[in-house]
Amino acid sequence: MNSYHLDHLQYLETEAVHLMREVAAEFERPAILFSGGKDSICLLRLAEKAFRPSDIPMPLLNVDTGHHFPELNEFRDRRARELGGKLIVRKVEDAIAAGIAVPTPGEISRNRLQIPTLLAAAEEFQFDCLIGGARRDEEKARAKERFFSFRDSFGQWDPKNQRPEIWNLYNARINPGEHMRAFPLSNWTEMDVWEYIKREKLEVPSIYFSHRRQCVRRHNQWLPVTDLMPPKEKETVKELVVRVRTIGDIISTGMVESPANNFDDIIAEIAAARVTERGSRADDKSSEAAMEDRKKAGYF
Amino acid sequence: MPSPSHHPIDILRFNTCGSVDDGKSTLIGRLLYDSKNLMEDQIEALERSADITGGGQINLANLTDGLRAEREQGITIDVAYRYFATPRRKFIVADTPGHVQYTRNMFTGASTANLSIVLVDARQGVIEQTRRHTYIAAMLGIPHIVIAVNKMDLVDWNEERFLEIRDEIESFIPRLDVLKDVKFIPMSALQGDNVVAPSPKTPWYQGPTLLGHLETVHIASDWNLSAFRFPVQWVNRPNNPTDKSLHDFRGLSGQIAGGIVRVGQSVLAMPGGLQTTIKEIRTFDGPLQEAFCPQSVTLVLADDIDVSRGDTIVGTELLPGLSSELSARLCWMHQRPLQAGRKFFLKHTSQTVQAAVTAIESRINLETFDPQLHPAELALNDIGEIRLRTSKPLVYDGYRANRLTGSFILVEQGTNATVAAGMLAAPTTAYTPDFIEFAI
Repeated sequence: MNSYHLDHLQYLETEAVHLMREVAAEFERPAILFSGGKDSICLLRLAEKAFRPSDIPMPLLNVDTGHHFPELNEFRDRRARELGGKLIVRKVEDAIAAGIAVPTPGEISRNRLQIPTLLAAAEEFQFDCLIGGARRDEEKARAKERFFSFRDSFGQWDPKNQRPEIWNLYNARINPGEHMRAFPLSNWTEMDVWEYIKREKLEVPSIYFSHRRQCVRRHNQWLPVTDLMPPKEKETVKELVVRVRTIGDIISTGMVESPANNFDDIIAEIAAARVTERGSRADDKSSEAAMEDRKKAGYF
Repeated sequence: MPSPSHHPIDILRFNTCGSVDDGKSTLIGRLLYDSKNLMEDQIEALERSADITGGGQINLANLTDGLRAEREQGITIDVAYRYFATPRRKFIVADTPGHVQYTRNMFTGASTANLSIVLVDARQGVIEQTRRHTYIAAMLGIPHIVIAVNKMDLVDWNEERFLEIRDEIESFIPRLDVLKDVKFIPMSALQGDNVVAPSPKTPWYQGPTLLGHLETVHIASDWNLSAFRFPVQWVNRPNNPTDKSLHDFRGLSGQIAGGIVRVGQSVLAMPGGLQTTIKEIRTFDGPLQEAFCPQSVTLVLADDIDVSRGDTIVGTELLPGLSSELSARLCWMHQRPLQAGRKFFLKHTSQTVQAAVTAIESRINLETFDPQLHPAELALNDIGEIRLRTSKPLVYDGYRANRLTGSFILVEQGTNATVAAGMLAAPTTAYTPDFIEFAI
């Protein structure tokens, strides 16, 4: 092997940086979706790689469901400040109050309600491209996603009518009212993300590392006990040593029993894992096409 | 704890293609399953759908067929990407559909591949799809091809049948673009023979298993390292920087599309043709003395010359072509056929220009590989040779020499649909800069 060779992380990085610069050049008002989760942490580093010494030429956007882990929001705000980035937060609660998002009676999850909140935010700021941290290895509907994913004026994804994407020539043209989603991490796996975080020495929210937490057993998962989700009658609360593998809402994110408190341990744990990352998310389990249906409606 | 032996040294990108029911999705499912890259919840989900639809038998194809319509119809509609790793390599797999009407997706899946697997059903032998897929793989310049002769269990592992198919394919290979490396492997994806583990049923076959081949095939840089090409993507100019040294900073950000660049090297800014030198190669991780394809970097030039997105910085040797009159091979991807005279947006490297198709020279018959001269139109999935005129001259290479500076897409005005993928013919004359004339 000659010295003019990129290893797998360098290859994925240059592919992603190229994509981010295409977005910056082709769109008038792009934004980066930043939740503070591990994938969007990588997105911000890639944005630094793509645009420094200039400022990152687009704001950061987060839809706050009101059910976020507090550690996540604290990290999100701090990281955005450190980068000198403009962070826009839009809340599902406000969208409900404004009648933009309408909960089904009895609906506790805010997952579905993120969609109208996100689309309303895109409209408010006239965003024409949203960069997201979705990866194709997460889920099989996502496995069919393009790098540049076209959305019609209702924000919908039409999987049967995607634009062919050939070489690295991305067709970024849209008409007014339509927008694009761009996914620089398309080809990254969960393992790549952690190896990259380790190589780049990136900070992540503390809940990715092992900590003690009160949990209840529900739907075959350990769910964190919080004010939003007190234990039901006859449920026993257990204090466990846990961490999160993927971060969703606090009411639906399964905690994984784990002693891993550094990147090497997390990487070893993933290498040995026998379930997928989203195996710990109740929102994806509801049916075989759960993700496909949400994506068609405008979800990430 | 030390990190486990999970550091693949490089990435192999491959795609699978074949006709409907050749077993592409099953083959990928088998690769993932037998190389222990499937997780318990994925196996569980497979078993759950097996109970409902498959009469109890696990259907490996359900792993990749991610859309509801695909599972219902038992077909693959869109390119599905899969990822797996062995201790030797990391793999990116594009499962590309075999239906004639979805051939455009093969372009999507195969255009970035190091290797293509063309599946052949041992019972059916070579069919139009086999010829089409092999032709496209060769045209796209994919360096390695595997012909997977599948469903060998259904022809009793008959060596004669395998050789018959091999001979037929070998007979038409000389009529295609250069194919350097073609391997034939007899297998049964359903039963797992010769996919990951060698099969006891093929004592007559001495070659590697499919995974063995994927892990060891030599992918010496696919990237062109000979002629420096740098399409400018984004001009990097900080607004009100706090760092005073950046007040006059003007960098050119982009991904190197060919060759190697060094600090101090002489370069030309095309299409303008002004000569300057490389002052700095910047990255977020610090300055570099040299950089190579496909790295993403920011170049600072010694002279403050007018360069913007869509321009190309090139080395002073092995110059590219510069022309607005171009010949190309085209794969037409839209329902509405192409007629000569139509205008499109053309995206090439980092620029979009207007282009008119001035003539359709030929249409390739994929049964016989013969060209039909001057056809009236190119229909969906047709491949042909065309002539183009662009609103601005392109700085380009022939596709054979450089996949990145020799390729383009056509976008329909109005609908913004991507309607064609094109591969440029080599320039008849290279660009001649003024300074060479001075030297004479």
